[in-house]
Amino acid sequence: MAVLEREGGAIQLTAPFTEEKVRSLKVGDMVEITGLLLTGRDAVHKWLHDGNEPSVKEVDLKNSIIYHCGPVMMKKGKNWVATAAGPTTSIREEPYQAGIIEKFGLKAVIGKGGMGEKTREACQKFGCVYLHAVGGAAQVLAERIRAVEGVYGLETFGSPEAIWKLRVEKFPVVVTIDAHGNSLHKEVEASSSSKLGEIVGKIGK
Amino acid sequence: MNKTLETRLHDSLVEIIRKTSAELPDDVFKAIEEGRQAEQAGSSAAYAMNIICDNVDIAKRKSQPLCQDTGTVLFYIHFPMKTDYEKLQKLIKKAVVTATKKGYLRQNSVDSITGKNSGNNIGPGAPVIHAEPWKKDHFEIKLMLKGGGCENVGAQYSLPDSRVGAGRDLKGVEKCILDAVQNAQGKGCGPGILGVAVGGDRGTGYSASKEQFLRKLGDRNRNPELSALEERITREANELGIGPMGFGGKTTLLATKITALNRVPASFFVSVSYMCWAFRRQGAKVSNKGEIQKWLY
Repeated sequence: MAVLEREGGAIQLTAPFTEEKVRSLKVGDMVEITGLLLTGRDAVHKWLHDGNEPSVKEVDLKNSIIYHCGPVMMKKGKNWVATAAGPTTSIREEPYQAGIIEKFGLKAVIGKGGMGEKTREACQKFGCVYLHAVGGAAQVLAERIRAVEGVYGLETFGSPEAIWKLRVEKFPVVVTIDAHGNSLHKEVEASSSSKLGEIVGKIGK
Repeated sequence: MNKTLETRLHDSLVEIIRKTSAELPDDVFKAIEEGRQAEQAGSSAAYAMNIICDNVDIAKRKSQPLCQDTGTVLFYIHFPMKTDYEKLQKLIKKAVVTATKKGYLRQNSVDSITGKNSGNNIGPGAPVIHAEPWKKDHFEIKLMLKGGGCENVGAQYSLPDSRVGAGRDLKGVEKCILDAVQNAQGKGCGPGILGVAVGGDRGTGYSASKEQFLRKLGDRNRNPELSALEERITREANELGIGPMGFGGKTTLLATKITALNRVPASFFVSVSYMCWAFRRQGAKVSNKGEIQKWLY
């Protein structure tokens, strides 16, 4: 097992991740990421799933981290600045994610709300993790972006849907699907479902 | 409308959009702070609540969107009888364009057929404007920015509904609402707030459920039966243990607000709208000279 460096309770990880590091993470771990994230959401996932891909020179998806995010971007002089950059709901990418994890060897997917069985299985099989960022926390997350290193597909996909290359430092997330087949979403759904059954039983007919 | 009034009203509208996008109303922040204290220190739930509170501070300080999804732009307006309403509509749209350029709103309006983003938040059905004239001589302008994540988990039930064991009575209503909370987990950013309408038709039901979000979180429903139901549902939802962001924890809902509309005998709808913790709504009393006189939340 890889030795995990911790700071203030959060595991410090530098991207790109090795498979060993990914496999050492467990559901519930709080993690801070330093390195490159690529945003990608609905339009990009469908586009990749349809068999398209950017040239490696433009965007290198191999072993990368995809962030489900449609940021608010402003141009300041020649540079882009992300002024708000929280996660979007991941489950919409469920039909596409597993195939993309396999094809590009993604090491992590960041989003919110968790994902389904196909993604959970792909994480286990191909050594990937799902990392949950706090939804709505667009400012905390935007502050951790040190630089916007480029954009792909701005014209085709529009600003929220484009692939933005974000260089981040100490980007805070929680592991909610690990590479060992565990999913916090599955656990919480099962326990809340059984509790709901009890409450509904008490309400009666 | 003369030019001075137009300019002032436009600037006031932009300011209302800015404040709504960047600042969480006090009543909502108070409920979030209570939720944070309820979570166990060191848990993922507490971690999420701490990040949420930091986020509220930063957004306000920097005057930047609390959440990057600046949502559907929904105006609720009362205007003096003598107002040129066509002009007012144009001013509202102009203010939305200005606010988008300034980055208070994300480019968030997409043509549903071509997929093209209009780039300025204007298009068929955008922004949403509910406006009524009134006899007072000032404007009341309320604004809600409702993100897509929480809008997507709204649900409408037609009773009886055997899937959730709901008959045509308040017990049935209660079961539908709790089912909606269970299904929303993770997807709408919790802790959330529910707006519910019992009755109406499919359109008015959803509209009225959203309007419940104009109520302050700490207020009390004037209908004692609905008031009791609101409290019970919040308590029961929190017993589900879904917690902030669906990480597991004590705070699943911050509040529930319910209204009732008459229905036709054949229909019995329960319409549930979910609002995320990034509950962006603000409002202002605006004078007939176009100046903001008072914030309403």
